Amino acid sequence: MNANSIKITSRNVQVYYGDTHAIKDVNVDIQDKSVTAFIGPSGCGKSTFLRCLNRMNDTIDICQVSGDIQLDGEDIYDKRVDPVQLRAKVGMVFQKPNPFPKSIYDNVAYGPRIHGLAKNKGELDDIVEKSLRRGAIWDEVKDRLDEPGTGLSGGQQQRLCIARAVATEPEVLLMDEPCSALDPIATAQIEELIDELRENYSVIIVTHSMQQAARVSQKTAFFHLGNLVEFGETGEIFTNPRDERTESYITGRIG
Amino acid sequence: MSIFGILLIVLVIASAGFVLGRFKVLRNVGGNIRELHSLPSYYGQNVFLKSAAPAFGLLAIWLIAQPVIIERSVSTMIPPSEIPEGSTMSLVMSEIIRTAEGVRNAVAAGAMPREMTEDGRIDIAGFTQRLKDAGQIATSDMTQMEIRATQRYNELYWIGGSFMTAFTIAFALFGLIWGLLESKPMFRARIAVEKGILILLIAAASLAIVTTLGIVLSLVFNTIEFFRLYPAFDFFLGLSWAPSFSGRGGASELGIAPLLWGTFYISFVALLVAVPIGLYSAIYLSEYAPPSVRSISKPLLEVLAGIPTIVYGLFALLTVGPLLVDVFGSGGILGVDWQDGGRSVATAGIVMGIMLIPFVSSLSDDIINAVPQAMRDGSYALGATKSETIRRVILPAALPGIVGAILLAASRAIGETMIVVLGAGAAARLDLNPFEAMTTVTAKIVSQLTGDSDFTSPEALVAFALGITLFVLTLGLNVFALYIVRKYREQYE
Repeated sequence: MNANSIKITSRNVQVYYGDTHAIKDVNVDIQDKSVTAFIGPSGCGKSTFLRCLNRMNDTIDICQVSGDIQLDGEDIYDKRVDPVQLRAKVGMVFQKPNPFPKSIYDNVAYGPRIHGLAKNKGELDDIVEKSLRRGAIWDEVKDRLDEPGTGLSGGQQQRLCIARAVATEPEVLLMDEPCSALDPIATAQIEELIDELRENYSVIIVTHSMQQAARVSQKTAFFHLGNLVEFGETGEIFTNPRDERTESYITGRIG
Repeated sequence: MSIFGILLIVLVIASAGFVLGRFKVLRNVGGNIRELHSLPSYYGQNVFLKSAAPAFGLLAIWLIAQPVIIERSVSTMIPPSEIPEGSTMSLVMSEIIRTAEGVRNAVAAGAMPREMTEDGRIDIAGFTQRLKDAGQIATSDMTQMEIRATQRYNELYWIGGSFMTAFTIAFALFGLIWGLLESKPMFRARIAVEKGILILLIAAASLAIVTTLGIVLSLVFNTIEFFRLYPAFDFFLGLSWAPSFSGRGGASELGIAPLLWGTFYISFVALLVAVPIGLYSAIYLSEYAPPSVRSISKPLLEVLAGIPTIVYGLFALLTVGPLLVDVFGSGGILGVDWQDGGRSVATAGIVMGIMLIPFVSSLSDDIINAVPQAMRDGSYALGATKSETIRRVILPAALPGIVGAILLAASRAIGETMIVVLGAGAAARLDLNPFEAMTTVTAKIVSQLTGDSDFTSPEALVAFALGITLFVLTLGLNVFALYIVRKYREQYE
């Protein structure tokens, strides 16, 4: 497949929380099979924009989204689109690991079960194993799949959540600061994992760490006060930013 | 001196202590508060606490201990040979205590000269007549020995009373002096007051625990008494409840089984009503209801919890019972003849279930709300719908807590009395038909102790055995419920 094909396009996206204008006029093209990083100071709207991409903002009553977001050329805010099905295609990993209080197996099997992806127990076992392998946690948990997922360490829990998201065979994986609750070793493991996931998915990661953005992403978008200030090749953004605000942020003068 | 008078004097001393203590330290530093360790009022409070608290404590202990000690001392005066046939020492003593109180009232009213309460050789008839004239209860057949005991009782009572007054006031004054001696600028009054308050709070908490122990002990002693008169085996395993009150002859059958059966059957019906309705309304309120609906309907639902149970009983008797007869009785809508009268297990169970709805829904609502939002987000992000999320993530996570809520509701149902009395009838019966009248342990406790009860007969004492059985059952349920709720809490914190 063409590595440069566009997976998601957004045009003139506006988000309001009640009277607050949280996202202003965002236009961005997300490439398939690559990692895109969203950076910017706290409250700049990067997480809000990320949550627009799988319509998680629908669960917040006061949130209103307008503009045009297309996944593979289809408007995801179209009335005919079922947000529940969209979320199966656009997986999400949260800031804090949130495994369900169920066994490791049931955590991963949750998505395949509600979407009927496995015909029988054998197939489900295969999906669970494959997903846990993709989440780079199989070797650590293969002997204790029936133990509760909440009993794992923080880094393991986050990889379990990634495996859980991968199990529904999504096309896009959204990650909202997936390493902010983890120590450096677990962070390194997740970053390595993200690099592998790039082969199959379009990954979008929100991060506060500019080093992390530089390490894992190919493209970087810089948000500031609800505006998308600059979007481009990661190397370009960090070495030769065009906008003054981007430069101030990555050199630590604002934020 | 009356107890109220003593209390007043101690309070006056303590208040004076407050003023003096505050004044003393202020004068010591010449009004410059900054040279004091604590704010001036703390010095006052310190003196107040030191005069009032020990004095009140002594008063309380004295009031509890004095009757016991006097009774013991007086009872040694009565030789066993003087106790009439068919009576016991405790009956004679209660007679003496009652007469002694009558004498005190008569003296206070001026109907009996003080000398009469001290003279051991007075004539019985005149003594009794004076008592009667003063409007006090008096039995005519008192013996000389009993009158002496009564007089001795009062003598000790009066001596004890004066000593109590003297000691309490002395304690208060001693505390006042102690507090005032301490009141120097560098004395850490704030910390002393803090300690005093801690001791007061501990005393309050211990009082609650001691009272609970007292309740349990009173049940236990009477239950032991009952099992001395009636075999425990027949009580726990007997299948028939047929008390026969003395006078009509024949032995009573006091088997708990029909009562326990009725209790569990009615509670089961109640839970069958309360759990689904309560749980579904909790799910609606916490997951689906918009804030505006929630803010109105939750308090409305909780109003149900504030209705007195007797009102529920009336509702059962006047509305639900006849309604059920119209449906299940002969000539009813269904054409079956299952129910004869309005009082039945179903009537009481349904109404009790309605009463329990707010318990289940309110507790479950809190527990469902305690499931972290991250769980919901995680499930939605995987493409689950709202009801899938509730069924597969939220309810399993909240289940232990919900089970705890249901067990608490169950122990309420088991202890409920008024609804049963009015809704289920009074017939102790072992039957499976839910449209039959049955009765519960609590309702029978009431009927065994209503009217004239002779606390030496097994028919009255059985109430205590029933009570303690019920107590153990609900205690077990509560402990189990709390254990489950606690285990659940550990999962998230």
